[in-house]
Amino acid sequence: MVNVDLIVIGAGPAGMGAALAAKKHGVKDILILERADKAGGILPQCIHNGFGLHYFKQELTGPEYALRFARQIKEKQINIKLSTMVTGITADKIVTAISKADGLIKYRAKAIVLAMGCRERARGAIRIPGGRPAGVITAGAAQRFTNMEGLMPGKEVVILGSGDIGLIMARRLTLEGSKVKAVCEIMPQSGGLQRNISQCLNDFDIPLMLSTTVCEIHGSERVTGVTIARVDDNLNPIEETRQYIPCDTLMLSVGLIPENELSQGAGVSLAANGGAATDKYMHTNVPGIFAAGNVAHVHDLVDFVTEEAEEAGKNAAKFILNKKLDGKGYAFREKKTPSSAPLDPNEKRLICIVCPVGCEMSVYFDEGGNIASIKNNRCKRGLAWAKEEFTAPKRVLTSTVRRGNKWVPVKTKGAIPKALLFDAMSALKKISLTGNATVGTVVAPNIAGTGVDVVLTDDVEQ
Amino acid sequence: MKVAIIGGGVIGALTALELTRYECDTVILEKASDVSAGGASKANSGIVHAGFDATPGTNKAVFNARGSAMMPQVCQQLDARYKRNGSMVLAFSKRESAGQQKLLNQGLANGVEGLSIITGDEAREIEPALSKEVISVLWAKTGGIVCPYSLAMNAAASAKKNGAQVMTNTEVIGIGKADGAFVIATTQGEVEADYVINAAGVHADKIANMAGDDSFSIIPRRGEYMLFDKKIGGLVSHTIFQMPSERGKGVLVTPTVDGNLLTGPNAQDLSGTNKEDVATTSQGQDYVWASARRAVPGLTRGELITSFAGMRAVSNTDDFILGFSTVPRFINAAGIQSPGLSASPAIAKHLASLVASAEQLPERARFDPLFTSIPHAMEMSEAELHALIAQNPAFGNIICRCETVTEGHILHAIQDGATDIDGVKYRTRAGMGRCQGGFCMPRVLEIIALATGQNYTSISKKGGGSYILTAERGATVG
Ligand SMILES: Cc1cc2nc3c(=O)[nH]c(=O)nc-3n(C[C@H](O)[C@H](O)[C@H](O)COP(=O)(O)OP(=O)(O)OC[C@H]3O[C@@H](n4cnc5c(N)ncnc54)[C@H](O)[C@@H]3O)c2cc1C
Ligand SMILES: Cc1cc2nc3c(=O)[nH]c(=O)nc-3n(C[C@H](O)[C@H](O)[C@H](O)COP(=O)(O)OP(=O)(O)OC[C@H]3O[C@@H](n4cnc5c(N)ncnc54)[C@H](O)[C@@H]3O)c2cc1C
Repeated sequence: MVNVDLIVIGAGPAGMGAALAAKKHGVKDILILERADKAGGILPQCIHNGFGLHYFKQELTGPEYALRFARQIKEKQINIKLSTMVTGITADKIVTAISKADGLIKYRAKAIVLAMGCRERARGAIRIPGGRPAGVITAGAAQRFTNMEGLMPGKEVVILGSGDIGLIMARRLTLEGSKVKAVCEIMPQSGGLQRNISQCLNDFDIPLMLSTTVCEIHGSERVTGVTIARVDDNLNPIEETRQYIPCDTLMLSVGLIPENELSQGAGVSLAANGGAATDKYMHTNVPGIFAAGNVAHVHDLVDFVTEEAEEAGKNAAKFILNKKLDGKGYAFREKKTPSSAPLDPNEKRLICIVCPVGCEMSVYFDEGGNIASIKNNRCKRGLAWAKEEFTAPKRVLTSTVRRGNKWVPVKTKGAIPKALLFDAMSALKKISLTGNATVGTVVAPNIAGTGVDVVLTDDVEQ
Repeated sequence: MKVAIIGGGVIGALTALELTRYECDTVILEKASDVSAGGASKANSGIVHAGFDATPGTNKAVFNARGSAMMPQVCQQLDARYKRNGSMVLAFSKRESAGQQKLLNQGLANGVEGLSIITGDEAREIEPALSKEVISVLWAKTGGIVCPYSLAMNAAASAKKNGAQVMTNTEVIGIGKADGAFVIATTQGEVEADYVINAAGVHADKIANMAGDDSFSIIPRRGEYMLFDKKIGGLVSHTIFQMPSERGKGVLVTPTVDGNLLTGPNAQDLSGTNKEDVATTSQGQDYVWASARRAVPGLTRGELITSFAGMRAVSNTDDFILGFSTVPRFINAAGIQSPGLSASPAIAKHLASLVASAEQLPERARFDPLFTSIPHAMEMSEAELHALIAQNPAFGNIICRCETVTEGHILHAIQDGATDIDGVKYRTRAGMGRCQGGFCMPRVLEIIALATGQNYTSISKKGGGSYILTAERGATVG
C-alpha cells in the first residue's frame, strides 16, 4: 500500500485541471492515474478546432488545448502514471490500479478527484432492430480510427444523432473522401452547436433530417443499408415514412454516459443524469471524494470542464489541508439552446461561427443582391465574418498527416477559402513527416497556394 | 479410418472430442470463421434443462436427462462456466397450476430429481422479484446455466489438442462417393472420409440431401433475446420460466453464468430460405419485454445492453434425429433444437460410440480431454494477477474496460484460434460489456493485426464480408 495525498483518476482536461489547482492550493503529493498512453483524455482525437475560446480567449484544437495542460503538469512536476487502469476505489479511499510496469498496486489517498470522463451510448441501449453486421460504429470509435490510426471506418455513411461528435465526424469523413448520406436526429432540433451544423453539414450539403430515426439495420456480414423513418410526437417511427438508404456504415452519435462504475463502487451517489452527484464544491457524498468534468455532467465545452475541475482541485486541497470548504463554489454551465424563428423573404439567416455563442444573424439584401444590413450580431468580428461569408467564405482546416506508421494532427494557421478545402486535403495526403517537432511547426507552407501555412497542433516526439 | 463432422457447433465440437478417444482421424468442417460461431450454439438461452419438458421416451427426454447429468463434469474438464442455479416454472392461474402437476409427473417419468411444487408466496421468499400474480411454482433444483460458446469452443480446442483437425471457413457444398469413401466438396477443396456425421444445425437437411438422404426437413424458428447489464444480474438467481406451450418453453428470465441478466426467446417460424436471418425485430423485442415483465415486473429497460437472436433447427418429427441414416456410414444429428445444449454431452458420446462400435475402434492410450483457459482477470486473486503481470506484462494492459480483459488474455485467445473480433469476444468477453466494444474494438483489432501480421483492413468482425475498415488512409495517397 502506497500513501498519497491526492489521487486524480483520469488525465483528461478535468483530471489535469484538478491536479494543477490542487498543486496551486498547497498539495505537494499528487498522483494522476491514466489508462491511456498519453495525457489529454478524449482531446487528442478531437483534432478539430473550437476549444478554449472561453478559457484562453483563443480558438484551439483539442490536442493544443490538452497540450497546454500536459506541459504544465510536467513543469510543476506532478506525478502521472500513464497506461495505468484504476480498477477499484473504496469509500475509505483505497485505489487499486493495474499496469504493465507496476502490476496490481494499491494506494491509500487522503482525497480523490474522479475525472474518468464518459463513454458513448451503444446500439443496444437505443434498441435498433435488425441484423448485427460489422459497420455499426460509435462516433468516438470512428474518430479514433480516422484521426489516431489513419484508418477509415466506412465509405457510405448514415449518421444517427446530431450531437457535436456526430456533426464533427460527418465533416471529417467527408473531407477524407467518404460520402455521408444523411444525419438523422430523432428530436425536432439538433443537439449540436449551431456552428457545427453550419460548418460540418451545411458546408458540405449533408442533409440533417430532424424528427427522423433509424428503425432497422440491414446486412448480416457488413451493413448494406438502413431504414429510416420520421417519428411522431411520442418518438415512434411512422410506418408510411419508412425509407431505405443503402450504405456500408451506420455511425452512432447518440449520447454520452458518465463513466461511474468506479464511483459507485466507492459508494458515490449518482444524479439523475448518471453523473456523480456533487455539491457546489464538487464534493460527492463520500467525504474526500470529489468529481469534475464529464464524470459529473456531460459538457459540450471543454472550457467549462476546466473551470469545474479547478474548483474540484482547490476543494480537494482544502480537504487534505483540513480547511473548511467555502466560497461561492461552481455551478454547471449549459450551452444555450438555439432559437428557430421563421425566415423573412428579404432576409437570410446565418449562424456565426466566430465563437461558440453562435449568434443567429439576419442578413438583409437589396434588390441588386448586395448586403443591405446585418442584424443580431453581438460583436464586430461577427459582422466582418458575415460579410466575408457571403462574398468569400473561409474555413480553418484541421486534419492529420502521416509520420512513420502514426498520424499527427495539423491545422491551417488561418482560415483558407472554403472552395480550396479539398485541394488542401490532397496536398496534406502527400506529406510524410520524420523526426521530432513541437506544436506550431510548419509542415506545409502555403498550402494549396492559399498563402496559409499548415502547422502541427501537438508536440511530436518518440 | 477417418470421420468428417459437418458443423462445428456444440454438437460437432463435443462429438469430435469424444471421437478422439478412439484410434481414428477426426475433422470438423465448419463454414463460419470460428467454431461455435455459425449457428445456434452461440445464440441460445444457455440453460441446462432439468428435463421435465420432454415427452417421456423421446430422444429429447432421454438425452436431456443424460446430458444434464453429465454437464457438471464435462464443464469442469473443459473449463466452461456452469452453475446449478435451479429453475422455476410459474403458474398465474388454476389451469396453469394443474399443468404444473403434469410437468412434475413427466419429470418423474424422465427420471428428474429434485422437483417440487411450492406456493407463490414460498417462491417469492426465495425469489423476491417474482410477480405477485404468481400462484404456484414448479421448482427444479437440478436446473442449471452454462456458457454455450465456451463449452463448444473449449471442446473444439481440446479435440484439437487430442489430434482432431478443425477446418473453419470451410463450407460443405457437395458430397460424393469414390472407392467406398465419401468425397466431400468444400470451399477449401475436397476432403475424404469413411464416415460423415451431419451436425449442420438448420442446414442439416441440405447436407443430408447432398448425401442422398431426404428423410427429414428442418424449419428455422427464430428466437430473440434482450441482455442486461451485470448491475441487475442479481435480480433473480433462478431461471424463471412461464408455462410452456406447443411452440416451446416460452420467454424466460435468467442470470447468465457471467453475471448478466438474459430474457427471451420468442418463437417465430421463418421460411426455409431464411435460415440465416438472425435479425431482431421491434415486434419480437416488444413481446419478449412484455413477457419478461409479466414474470419479473421490476425489470428496467435502462440497463439493456444488447439484443440478439438465435435460430432453432426444428425437424419435421419435432424430435432429435440421431443415428445412422439410410445412406451407409452417414450419421445424422439433426433437429437438435432445445434441449440440445443440455443434451449435447450425451449426444456426442452416443454418436462417437456409433462409429466406434461399428468399426470396433480401439481406445487411444493418450487421451486427455482436460482443457484450461486462463481465468478472467477479475476472477483471479489480486496476488495471482500481480504475479501473472510480473511474469508477462501483457496481463497488465487492460484493453476492455467493462469486462477487464487484458492484452495477455487477448493474445491467448488468438493462440487458441481466434482470428477476428468476435473470436476474441467469445473467448475473452472483450466487447461484451456495457459499452459493447465502443472502447476496446479498435484496440482489439490492432492487437489481432500485430499478432497475426495482417493488415488492419483485413481484420473482420466474424469472417466473410464482415470487414471493419474500408480503407487505410495511407493507401489512398495520390
Ligand atoms: C468528439 C468530441 C468533440 C468535442 N468537441 C468539443 C469542442 O469543439 N469544443 C469544446 O470545448 N469541447 C468539445 N468536446 C467536449 C470536451 O472534449 C469534453 O467535455 C472534455 O474532454 C471532458 O473532459 P474530461 O476530462 O471530463 O473527460 P475525458 O477527456 O474523457 O478524460 C477522461 C480520462 O479519464 C481516463 N480514465 C477513465 N477511466 C479511467 C480509469 N478507470 N483509470 C484510469 N484512467 C481512466 C480516460 O482514459 C481519459 O483520459 C468534445 C468532445 C468530444 C468527445
Ligand atoms: C433461441 C434458442 C434457444 C435455445 N435455448 C436452449 C437452452 O436454453 N438449453 C438447451 O439445452 N438448448 C437450447 N437451445 C438449443 C441449442 O442451442 C442447440 O440445440 C444447439 O446449439 C445445437 O448445436 P448444433 O451444434 O447442433 O448446431 P449449431 O450450433 O447451429 O451448429 C451447426 C453448425 O453447422 C455449420 N454449418 C451449416 N451448414 C454447413 C455447411 N454446409 N458446411 C459447413 N458447416 C456448416 C454452421 O455454421 C454451424 O456452426 C436453444 C436454441 C435456440 C435457437
